[in-house]
Amino acid sequence: MRVGLFVTCLVDSMRPRIGFAAIKLLEAAGCEVVVPEQQTCCGQPGYNSGDRKSAGAMALKFLDEFETFDYVVLPSGSCGGMIRVHYPDLFRHNPALLARFTAIGNRTYELTDFLLNIAKLDKVPGNFHGTLTYHDSCSGLNELDVFKQPRALLAMMPDVTLHEMVESTTCCGFGGTFSVKYGELSTRMADNKCKHITATFADTIVGGDLGCLLNIEGRLRRNGDHTTRVLHVAEVLSGLDSEEP
Amino acid sequence: MKNAAIDFNSQVTVKLADVKLQGALARLQSRFVEGRAAVIGEIDDLQETRTAAAAIRDRVLNNLEQWLLQFEQQATARGAIVHWAESGADVNRIVVEIAALHGVKTAAKSKSMVSEECGLNDALELAGVAVMETDLGEYILQLAHEAPSHIVAPVVHKNKEEIADLFAEKHHLPRKTDIAELCREAREVLRPAFLNADMGISGGNFLLAETGSVLIVTNEGNGRLVTTLPRVHVAISGIEKVVPTLEDVTTLLRLLPRSATGQSITNYVSVLTGNKNAEDHDGPEHFHIILLDNGRSSLVGSEMQEMLRCIRCGACMNHCPVYQNIGGHAYGWVYPGPMGSILTPLLGGLENAPDLPNASTLCGACAVVCPVKIPLPDLLRKLREKQMDRGMKSRQETFMLKAWAWLALHPGTYALATKIGVRIMRIWGGKDKLIHTLPGAGGWTDGRDFPAPSGQTFRELYKREKNK
Repeated sequence: MRVGLFVTCLVDSMRPRIGFAAIKLLEAAGCEVVVPEQQTCCGQPGYNSGDRKSAGAMALKFLDEFETFDYVVLPSGSCGGMIRVHYPDLFRHNPALLARFTAIGNRTYELTDFLLNIAKLDKVPGNFHGTLTYHDSCSGLNELDVFKQPRALLAMMPDVTLHEMVESTTCCGFGGTFSVKYGELSTRMADNKCKHITATFADTIVGGDLGCLLNIEGRLRRNGDHTTRVLHVAEVLSGLDSEEP
Repeated sequence: MKNAAIDFNSQVTVKLADVKLQGALARLQSRFVEGRAAVIGEIDDLQETRTAAAAIRDRVLNNLEQWLLQFEQQATARGAIVHWAESGADVNRIVVEIAALHGVKTAAKSKSMVSEECGLNDALELAGVAVMETDLGEYILQLAHEAPSHIVAPVVHKNKEEIADLFAEKHHLPRKTDIAELCREAREVLRPAFLNADMGISGGNFLLAETGSVLIVTNEGNGRLVTTLPRVHVAISGIEKVVPTLEDVTTLLRLLPRSATGQSITNYVSVLTGNKNAEDHDGPEHFHIILLDNGRSSLVGSEMQEMLRCIRCGACMNHCPVYQNIGGHAYGWVYPGPMGSILTPLLGGLENAPDLPNASTLCGACAVVCPVKIPLPDLLRKLREKQMDRGMKSRQETFMLKAWAWLALHPGTYALATKIGVRIMRIWGGKDKLIHTLPGAGGWTDGRDFPAPSGQTFRELYKREKNK
């Protein structure tokens, strides 16, 4: 199957390795992976700030670049939810476009969901050794029902031990622009998350959304924790967790 | 109640630093979040039940006027007197008039958030009627001259020690710290209030169109006393609380206590129908029902109508990571948490509560637990859209959003800008690869570092890889 990879703007700029990890995993699952060159941002920052118009323009750009693929896969539940759930809402008054966005939405998957449930990956390429704790990012969890999928994939790795934190499904406080506009509140929420992470004594915190991971890592480091590793689930599963960049 | 939602931001700072409050909020989470989780599974068809509950509420809201008129007709036929109030001030005026009509000197009140909307107690005191709150939480707040911070557990922001101090000071009795003893002390003070009150004032959880009954859901028993002992009973409710039939209410009652307090059913469910008849042994001689609009009708038929489904269980705030960290007072008006962040701007003006729709990560925890499936994050977003459309966003935010959108729609410039940006950020991050201060993003870097990027974008690296 021909998969279009939506890298997401955060991964493109802040941690490209996650993009390569996603490609490696999709190829391991037997997919032909294409990365459309003109892709940028899914439009979520504007959409969640009340700017429907620009979000709509970005949705149309996405449709133009990705409509021909069998599937669209993203290493992010948040951007995945934007495309699957909210793009159709943006065009609810335009039946022709609504049908197209619903169709592409139904072919769009968060990475771990796709690997497990569509591509039926049964062996992961990575060989990670260590204890992990998993943070469930909100949009993936609540909009796309991503909870068991990353855990099932991680369970395929014999040397990985998962130590669940309490309240793994509670928001870390990122929330896109919220993290800057309501910094104090956002920091407190991140701090609560960090306390739960630290209490597991896991050496690595793993998640499926880079925004949340940057937020969590930022607070851990500010608190003086320079040893707990903060990794995207794709990095762990692919074995690219130690490679540059 | 005065609307102070404009002060949200400064209140966040105060509440985050309040050690006592933080301790109290931690208990709220274990009591209500775990409480709900323990019993909600008793409903084996939970999702179908939520859908059915939402449909019951929508059926009423889609035809609200007709259901209200049916309620009025049925209630009147059974001896109640129905009053229509457009604003909180109208409610106050009507209650004061009823008090004057029946020579009321004292009133005993059970919990009513709608009466908080009106500031009823102050209006009654001004008219010379002594009011006593009889819900334990509300009684404590009345003694402390404070507002509720939660719609179900109004005094959740206070700990036991504070209440012990308060009772000792106000009751002039030896200080007690045992909860059972504190409750007994309150009961002894409150009992004469029930027996002597000329008027009982209650809220209404549901209004039954079928029979014209007011239904209240309580735990302490004060609701029963207030609505049956005094010779006059005044029930105050929002107009959106109508439910067609008793059977419909049973569906909602499967969800309400489980969502609210983690109870399968509350200690009391009272269906109050009409005034005392010749053959009745007790009950109020006069039963007045006041239906408050206060902006609700303007939501009917609008894109915000789903908010009126709300049955006031409080699950959204209990599960909200923002509420859990700041409590209810920071929201500035009667209703806190996600439902309050929507209702306060809608009923009190978006311009008076500009932060409330925005102070949410849209994590969706509220929508997951809402028993009547209100899409709370979507409604918050719609309020943000209204702010954008009305030019209520800051110039800086609007500029940033427009600039980002322009860039994202111009991939060539976008690629160049990000290429330069990540290189600067890499250098900025230095040896430990952490950015400690970021211009324009102090909100982030005041409390967190920003992990610096590796210095090249995926798009550059991928192109190089492909051309190998």
